[in-house]
Amino acid sequence: MELHILLLFMIFAAIVAIEVKDLLSSVVAVGAVGFALCVAFLILKAPDLAITQLVVEILCLIILIRATINKDLPLVIEGRWIFNTVSTMVFIAAFLFFAYHALKELPAFGEPIMHLVKKYLEEGTTSTGAVNLVAAVILDFRAYDTLGEATVLFASVVGIMTVLRGRGRKRIEEKEK
Amino acid sequence: MIDNPKAGMSLIVKTITRLIMGLILLFGIYIVLHGHLSPGGGFAGGMIIALSFVHLMLAFGKEAVTSKISKNLASNLESIGALMFLSIAAIGFFGGSFFLNILKKGEPFKLFSAGTIPLNNLAISLKVSVGLLAIFLALVILEGTKKEI
Repeated sequence: MELHILLLFMIFAAIVAIEVKDLLSSVVAVGAVGFALCVAFLILKAPDLAITQLVVEILCLIILIRATINKDLPLVIEGRWIFNTVSTMVFIAAFLFFAYHALKELPAFGEPIMHLVKKYLEEGTTSTGAVNLVAAVILDFRAYDTLGEATVLFASVVGIMTVLRGRGRKRIEEKEK
Repeated sequence: MIDNPKAGMSLIVKTITRLIMGLILLFGIYIVLHGHLSPGGGFAGGMIIALSFVHLMLAFGKEAVTSKISKNLASNLESIGALMFLSIAAIGFFGGSFFLNILKKGEPFKLFSAGTIPLNNLAISLKVSVGLLAIFLALVILEGTKKEI
């Protein structure tokens, strides 16, 4: 019940984030979606995900607000709104059609598809010594996935440092002068 | 640098930040060290540690952090975190395969248990906290150079 109220609130806040004219209000609405998602994780009994979602949401909000607080970017609404509305409706209808047929095949909530999960749940604490089973899975049984995740983060940091570096840009400007 | 009254936000924000910033940092370290016992872990704890520095930067102006941690130092520390994670994974070769947990498992519900999992948590927290701080520093420094042009 609480979950459905939260999901309706998230859909409402997402629509507000798209439709509102002011850019800062839009960022605040996006933040509302994120925090509601955090509470939804708590209701679904996943505190690890809830902590991570909360913290990532705060950092994203800080960066987005710092980026938008001084800029008054006008919202551009062009013509062709009939085409846009019709295509959006068609895609929503197609998504709902396929999602209805795909979600019917899923097992009930709390019953995993893979049989491997039972082995992890039973032997996780005895074979790794970690009480937190999430840590046991992501750092012992499935550590290769964590290595890939760390590689993604490293690549993103290297990419941002390369794009935003100061030295190369200054040298190019001096050459032009 | 910290007592510069012109940089950053108002006096109320600065006082509250001075009181609360150490607690946020301590909570992040707690989340990292107890990653194998309670919810949390390296990623969430590292983000909290990075957020404490971001909080300091927002309240006191960017010089409060950029004078202590430069962008290059943050980048180097992030690489050290990545290498730590890889070398902990390579320790498993002594037992036979990559990422094998060959250290002593210890007793459950104790802080020193679970073999390599706390070490991996430490490496990931170093990597995540310093990496995200480096991204934020790069964005802040870029904002400063854009105004000069």
